[in-house]
Amino acid sequence: MLEHTYIDEAPEAAPAVTAIRTSKPVKTAVAGPWRLMWAKFARNKVAIVAGVIILLLYLIGLFAEFLAPALPDTARPQFTNAPPQELRLFATDAEGNSQFQLHVTGYTMTVDQASLRRSYVIDDAQVVPVGLFVKGAPYKLWGVIPSDVHLIGPLKSSDTMYLMGTDKLGRDLFSRLIHGTRISMSIGLIGVTISLFLGVILGSISGFYGGWVDLVIQRVIEVISSMPTIPLWLGLAAAIPLSWSPITVYFVITLIVSLFGWTGLAREVRGRFFALRSEDFVTAARLDGSSERRLIFRHILPSLTSHILAVVTLALPTMIVAETALSFLGIGLKAPVVSWGVLLQDAQNVRTIATAPWLLIWPSAAVVITVLAYNFLGDGLRDAADPYES
Amino acid sequence: MLSYVIKRLIYMIPTLFGMSLIAFAIIQLPPGDYVTSMLASMADSGQNVDPAQLDALRQSYGFNDPMWLQYFKWISGILLRGDFGYSFEWNRPVAELIWERMGSTLAISLASLVFVWAVSLPIGIYSAMRRHSVGDYGFTLLGFIGLAIPNFIMALVLMYFSYKYMGQSVGGLFSPEYVEAPWSWGKFLDLLAHLWIPIIVIGTNGTAALIRILRANLTDELNKPYVVTARAKGLPEYKAVIKYPVRIALNPFVSAIGWVLPELISGVTITAIVLNLPTAGPLLLRALISQDMYLAGSFILLMGVLTLVGMLISDILLALLDPRIRFN
Repeated sequence: MLEHTYIDEAPEAAPAVTAIRTSKPVKTAVAGPWRLMWAKFARNKVAIVAGVIILLLYLIGLFAEFLAPALPDTARPQFTNAPPQELRLFATDAEGNSQFQLHVTGYTMTVDQASLRRSYVIDDAQVVPVGLFVKGAPYKLWGVIPSDVHLIGPLKSSDTMYLMGTDKLGRDLFSRLIHGTRISMSIGLIGVTISLFLGVILGSISGFYGGWVDLVIQRVIEVISSMPTIPLWLGLAAAIPLSWSPITVYFVITLIVSLFGWTGLAREVRGRFFALRSEDFVTAARLDGSSERRLIFRHILPSLTSHILAVVTLALPTMIVAETALSFLGIGLKAPVVSWGVLLQDAQNVRTIATAPWLLIWPSAAVVITVLAYNFLGDGLRDAADPYES
Repeated sequence: MLSYVIKRLIYMIPTLFGMSLIAFAIIQLPPGDYVTSMLASMADSGQNVDPAQLDALRQSYGFNDPMWLQYFKWISGILLRGDFGYSFEWNRPVAELIWERMGSTLAISLASLVFVWAVSLPIGIYSAMRRHSVGDYGFTLLGFIGLAIPNFIMALVLMYFSYKYMGQSVGGLFSPEYVEAPWSWGKFLDLLAHLWIPIIVIGTNGTAALIRILRANLTDELNKPYVVTARAKGLPEYKAVIKYPVRIALNPFVSAIGWVLPELISGVTITAIVLNLPTAGPLLLRALISQDMYLAGSFILLMGVLTLVGMLISDILLALLDPRIRFN
């Protein structure tokens, strides 16, 4: 047997070459996965802009009462279907001097004698002064804090300031849109939370255990995802009794929308579970004696979080559109609740749209901008969460 | 191949069963039954109602049976006799009402599918070959907007434009003078003049999605060694692209039937309600609002079955095209 012999007594204890600067150890930059993802995400300017828009929309929804110049239900019958008034910065007074004065221009109303229809013409000569933080209609913020300060509004409360026009009852569309933001955006958020819960639980069970559990859950997903969604939503929403309170209807609609939104998420989670189940770190944890619950929740799910986040962001707009479509058709949310879909209900036929196009334009713009922003944000998140894409 | 088709057919059975359960649940969901609503309308018109008579009515409709028996009666009626139940609002059997509407739903869905294919194929190839060009970015942006605008909003906008700038009679499939007329060249042209709005509205979402998929697939394929070899050997560019890579990248076009079809049928439903087309959509909505549940449930069931058949066809076509699927 070959004896192993050292040349010296023992292997060298110190490096042969003396380091030049021993006092200052080389510092390695360390960044965790979240930080790497953030760095990657921050390079995507479109996604950042989309994220800011989404954030702004939620802030608008949160402070709806303060931001809206009027209450959503205040109707002025003398101003029905009035066109939008433009917000301007400089006003010209009688002597022709232009000076800074936030204002909108007033209307002159003419009544068509034949049809007795009112038509409004924007009259540049009429200046309606507008101010910030004005006192207006009293409200309770979040139903708790009483106040009457509005971010923007006419200085004289009898004046009109309809930045986006009015509807057929003479209600301010701008204020209604802001209040609708709260309902529409929150429906998406609550709906996606329910979907997330269902999708993650069922997807993980399906992907982790496999076998007949997987088979059953996959069948259920297949049934649900192969039903055309709109007829299905219609069928379920139509069963909501008319006597239910608006808040109950709100939650039931959210539930209906989310009951069919979880399948995509469950599929995604299941696929990832299948891939991760055989990874070394999972095997190691199992051999260490981790329980199954610990395996799922401590080891596998955390490595899915970023993907789930991206998928959820991409699922959110679907929910918002679903609510909008149902309310538009008259079997979702109903007045007095104000959502974007409820607003669009007023723009159901060509004649209304022709006389008051703003009833279609502004609520649609809100929906489209939201959906676009969510899509860009979700794409950005997905790219950032993918470690293999540079 | 045959065994694949048979296996695929057997897989469909539990899915069909699940769908029928959902449709039946929707039928049963509204509180009360038809007799309750009949009672309400009779009381409204001031008629006296005899409770015993009502009970007899319930008995004859089978409303007092246990749930599973009601389901069994309903589904066996459909399967054995093609009997979908009775529409209480129209006072006619449901089967008489649905077929024509389902036919037009299918026709418009298929027309939209053809539109989706016809538009996304050239754009997808162009975008993949000229990646990051102005045209590619333009189409990507258009695609994003197409994905972001919900069907019914786009229908409203197009309806408004066509009303304002073309003076076209909007909604429906025919101008008033052609509705009852027999088929002729003029009627056909009139149909096309009306059909473009729903087809664009319904097809845009799917087109945008398919362009993205085709672009991604073709880009992967174009970087493969065999394409490089083909080019190096001097094959003309169009041949090096069209003959092999495009054919491989076309698989999603076929599998698209499976996932685009539910979207299309879903889209037809809401678009038809907005544009007032004679498809299943408006009738379904009306049936749901008046709680004419057998009619509504049959529509929902049939729409589900339609998408399932679409998926079956797409799977079979895919297996024919792609031996990797057939032999696995």
